[in-house]
Amino acid sequence: MNNVNTNALIQVRELTKFFPIYRGAIFRRKLGDLRALDGVSFDISRGETLGLVGESGCGKTTTGRTILQLEHPTSGKVFFEGRDITGIGKYEARRLRKHMQIIYQDPFGSLNPRMTVRDIVGEPLLIHELTKGRGEYRDRIDSLLKMVGLNPAMAARYPHEFSGGERQRIGIARALAVNPGFIICDEPVSALDVSIQAQIINLLEEIQEKFGLAYLFIAHDLAVVRHISNRIAVMYLGEIVEIADRKDLYREPMHPYTKALLAAIPIPDPEMEYSREHSMIKGEVPSLFDTPPGCKFHTRCPIMQKICRESRPVLKNMHGNEHMVACHLVI
Amino acid sequence: MNAHRHSYTIDASLPGPRSNAWTAFFTLMKHKVALAGLVILLGLLFMAVFAPVLAPSDPNEQDLYHVLEGPSLKHLLGTDDVGRDLLSRVIFGSRATLLMGALSTFFSAVIGVLIGLVAGYKGGIVDMVVMRITDTFMCVPALVLMLVIVSALGPGMQSIVLSITILSWTWFARIVRGQVMLVRELPYVEAANALGASGFRIMFKHLLPNVMAPIIVTATIALGGNIMLESAVSFLGLGVQQPTSSWGNELRIGYSYLEVVPLFSLAPGLMITLAVLAFNFIGDGLRDALDPRLRSSLGIRGNGYGRAGGTNAVVK
Amino acid sequence: MLLQVRNLSTYFLADNGVVKAVDDISYDLEEGETLSIVGESGCGKTVSALSLLRLIPDPPGKIVNGKIIFEGRDLLTLSEDEICDIRGNRMAMIFQEPMTSLNPVLTIGHQVMEPLMLHKGMNRKEALKECIELLKGMQMVGAYPHQFSGGMRQRVMVSMGLSCNPRLIIADEPTTALDVTIQAELLDLMKKLTRDHFTALIIITHNLGIVARYADKVIVMYAGRIVEKALTRELYRSPLHPYTIGLMESVPRLDQDIKQKLRPIEGQPPDLAYLPSGCSFHPRCRRAMERCRRESPTLREVSDNHEAACWIYE
Repeated sequence: MNNVNTNALIQVRELTKFFPIYRGAIFRRKLGDLRALDGVSFDISRGETLGLVGESGCGKTTTGRTILQLEHPTSGKVFFEGRDITGIGKYEARRLRKHMQIIYQDPFGSLNPRMTVRDIVGEPLLIHELTKGRGEYRDRIDSLLKMVGLNPAMAARYPHEFSGGERQRIGIARALAVNPGFIICDEPVSALDVSIQAQIINLLEEIQEKFGLAYLFIAHDLAVVRHISNRIAVMYLGEIVEIADRKDLYREPMHPYTKALLAAIPIPDPEMEYSREHSMIKGEVPSLFDTPPGCKFHTRCPIMQKICRESRPVLKNMHGNEHMVACHLVI
Repeated sequence: MNAHRHSYTIDASLPGPRSNAWTAFFTLMKHKVALAGLVILLGLLFMAVFAPVLAPSDPNEQDLYHVLEGPSLKHLLGTDDVGRDLLSRVIFGSRATLLMGALSTFFSAVIGVLIGLVAGYKGGIVDMVVMRITDTFMCVPALVLMLVIVSALGPGMQSIVLSITILSWTWFARIVRGQVMLVRELPYVEAANALGASGFRIMFKHLLPNVMAPIIVTATIALGGNIMLESAVSFLGLGVQQPTSSWGNELRIGYSYLEVVPLFSLAPGLMITLAVLAFNFIGDGLRDALDPRLRSSLGIRGNGYGRAGGTNAVVK
Repeated sequence: MLLQVRNLSTYFLADNGVVKAVDDISYDLEEGETLSIVGESGCGKTVSALSLLRLIPDPPGKIVNGKIIFEGRDLLTLSEDEICDIRGNRMAMIFQEPMTSLNPVLTIGHQVMEPLMLHKGMNRKEALKECIELLKGMQMVGAYPHQFSGGMRQRVMVSMGLSCNPRLIIADEPTTALDVTIQAELLDLMKKLTRDHFTALIIITHNLGIVARYADKVIVMYAGRIVEKALTRELYRSPLHPYTIGLMESVPRLDQDIKQKLRPIEGQPPDLAYLPSGCSFHPRCRRAMERCRRESPTLREVSDNHEAACWIYE
């Protein structure tokens, strides 16, 4: 990744997050590091959606949290609107929250069960003093609820009285309250039923268009990500192995891991499934604690060569366009 | 990554795993033991509040011609060593005892909860320091500490309340700290953090309301325990002084005349027992009512369903 | 015919009424066939599977009606001992959560050997040998579940399920908690094993892709009832019930052009304690008619071997 793109809302450069693991209570001995993120870089422009896919342990959730400064990175930098926000203090971070928000995966756990919907959606308004007076406060909450497709008359109810999809809408309303420019969607539909997923995805697209929001859409379901993202980054063990425009990624996947992911996902078409190859890689995902040397994917890669064991590949631009891959064997 | 939570049970009791106040109340009502405790408590409270009306005579009225007498028509429980009506003294004694119990529990709860909140939320060094202090307080034998404080400050209601408070806050602190450490890991607490909420807001708006259940249960049981403590200290002579009566106080005098007028000890002793039992029963009932898992709920936890036939919450 | 389910109904008694978790379902399964039961949460698919093995907690649940004829015998008439003999032995179940389905304080070896010793009457030595064979190596035998990932644990579950060579395996959302690549590997393994041993397989899932890949025939469930029943290819080629159609339209697909907007099914799945009148799906159905509000349709054959419960086809 090279120069600073001034059109970019978010820029992430060589983001690294290690969690040290110790053993022993009194005389602590460091056993090593859990390498959750190991050098991640990308840009997100205004109004754009970057999809982040990968399986469990790949570091996608940690990426989101580190951008928001909910966790401070071990090294690397995060820029927001050109300003370096890496490792900022608590007070500055609070001001940042007006611009960057997050929607969570768990529609049950992400809402305080003892607060009414009105309180939940209104809390950011109170924290950042965005409204004056009771009337304006209530009006704003009502309009937020309407925006996400909820009946404002339900504002006095408690979260447990709503279904999963509805609770997710409440979470979205809460994130919108501060009028952010960027929202991290951390697996927002994974915990929902299939028929409800589509509703929420449509809603997210609607408000993105309406408010010009940028999204970092974190998910493990490649089909969903493809639908909503402009560009997609594929992560494995804390690194980005491929990043491309959505059409390119699915039409011409280059990294063996991306290809394996696409092959593994079953398509709702029996004829097609019958003739496809399904599982192309074997073995377990290595632990983040003891990552393989060289290319981290080499232990499971079907086309592994000697060089893969020895040196770590770097994200390279292919064909001169925006499609980048980190693999020694792709020319 | 886990998409669907399926438990093999079905929920038809609509409020989900959380209880709101009404469901808790009704469950409590079904708990017979708690109900009994509630009845007893109400009786005692009634006694305390309406003491002047209920007591047949003035508790301080001495009648030196009728000292240490057994039960009679005029004095249903007999008289004490200076001729005062025992029944009246016991009835009035409820005021002092219950008041001291309530005050000391209240103050120790406030202090303990605050300390527990901060220790649990901040964690790290703050937590470690606070916990060691708590441990220290807990190591000291209760009665000894109380005696020391009361001797230093002089006997009376204030010293008792103060000394009990100093001892009991530790229980609240421990329990709250433990619960806070669990709750602070929940997603909605992190969500509040991500919204920009300050530490205070998180502690009082998010953590505290969600640890109320164990606090309430502890408080009811502490009430019983504190009454016992007060009685113990009064029994040793360092409680409220004559002519004010409290149950512990009366026990003390009655002790000397145990063989002559056994009723003198039995009456206040019975009152103390009833009060402590009442609080313990209520505490049991509350614990069952407020614990979401013990109630008979069966729960479809797939998506959690709204009310009848799907809510009209979603508007197109 | 290995399994014939007839008019199975399982109800739950709750504070505020009766919940009809499974309401009058019937289907057949031949030896070696793979059936998939599709539906979203709360449709009753898991309860129907538990009913087969009589694992419904009673109270509050009860199998109120029906016949489950397995290998010629009605399982609902058997004694507790007789059904225990079948569970794990002739009919096995693989549960959804690999994290909690294995006992954390027993070694893996112990747990895999258990059904072998119980049902096959093997002694320790024989069981151990078989166990090593199944798990392909000594590595896991002495270890504990928590030392392994979800994928490996699920594989242990599958081994346990297959160890006694059952005639039917029921896999309840076997891959929901797993990564996609592990998912593919595991299901391929199960399918291969069932082909080698001619074992029948019931896969319970909400994932339409898995159904397309592995199932020979499909049952779609909604609010406790079967709304459509067909062979897999037929179902995808021409889905009949509006719910099935809605599901297929609302799922983003890798093989299609990126549509502008998904077509979700409006509304929420119903609370089983408060089912809508008539057809349970009518409040959400794009093609609902007056009749749908009043009467509940029964499952009827619409085309060759393809049944649907919908008034459109009357």
